[in-house]
Amino acid sequence: MPATTSIVVAESPLARLALGRADDVLILGHRLSEWCGHAPMLEAELSIANLALDLIGQARALYALAAEAEGAGRSEDDFAYLRDERGYRNLLLVEQPNGDFARTMVRHFLYSAFIDPWWRATAASNSPLADIARKAEKESAYHLRHAGEWVVRLGDGTAESHRRAQDALDFLWPYTGEMFAPDSSGLAPDPAGIRPRWEANVAAVLAEATLTRPDDGWMQEGGREGRHSEQFGRLLAELQHMARSHPGASW
Amino acid sequence: MTEAPMPLWEVFIRSRAGLAHRHVGSVHAPDAAMALQSARDVYTRRGEGLSLWVVPSAAITASDPAEKDMMFEPTASKIYRHPSFYDVPDDVGHM
Repeated sequence: MPATTSIVVAESPLARLALGRADDVLILGHRLSEWCGHAPMLEAELSIANLALDLIGQARALYALAAEAEGAGRSEDDFAYLRDERGYRNLLLVEQPNGDFARTMVRHFLYSAFIDPWWRATAASNSPLADIARKAEKESAYHLRHAGEWVVRLGDGTAESHRRAQDALDFLWPYTGEMFAPDSSGLAPDPAGIRPRWEANVAAVLAEATLTRPDDGWMQEGGREGRHSEQFGRLLAELQHMARSHPGASW
Repeated sequence: MTEAPMPLWEVFIRSRAGLAHRHVGSVHAPDAAMALQSARDVYTRRGEGLSLWVVPSAAITASDPAEKDMMFEPTASKIYRHPSFYDVPDDVGHM
């Protein structure tokens, strides 16, 4: 009988690093998957599903690395389905609800503008994540371009799309600071060092999109320590419901 | 609020083994750059291609179906135009 009780991972520095990155892409991929059947047009439906599948593929590779680092014989599914909210290490940005199409695209752009240069730096390093990074950087480069193109068209589109894009930017901005929390583990490039490239990516797109960069005020944090937004519990309930109700089910 | 209908684009893919771009379908997109991304997302999900073209559907001039007798019927009786009466030397390769 497969286990159904929640697990607590023994987090070595490498396991913690891999879990944080894995949770980012699993949760963002899950959020994107919520658009399936609801996107405004077929082209957007498929492009969002493609983005989600890229991210979930990255999550699998990162969970496999975390499992190896922990050495407790866990599977990718154990990490995804059997951890409680406090065990999840993802950024608060990626768990924010989809909102409208503008908020989904702005969220994806703000994340991609960071993770694309981070993956590239990781791919060029001797990090244990370098192999995963070499595959992920090709995907993240497309994500950055695709989300950036949408932000430009929404921002520089109609009065309505501009308003929605600016609202999304203002809403999500307080969740961007957490991405740059220093990492002194030496196991991967320090996110704090990626900040200038993120700023450049963001400035270029916002200028073309005629959107206003919000001021850096209070920044939300706590995702990496397992302190999540109120909506995260519902997300996790949906994500884990099948696996928890029907242990070991396969189809 | 009324919105302009999103333009239609015809999509062409050159596959790995293909010599020419082939028409595969169409996408809606606001402009050429987005049409290319939509074409990538809709038509190359299974490794179908190495190169993509998108062309505004409005730029295509089509023959009139009502004129198909005049346009195409006269060739039906001219089977001598088919290359089936020739031996193609192996060295010629792709025809």
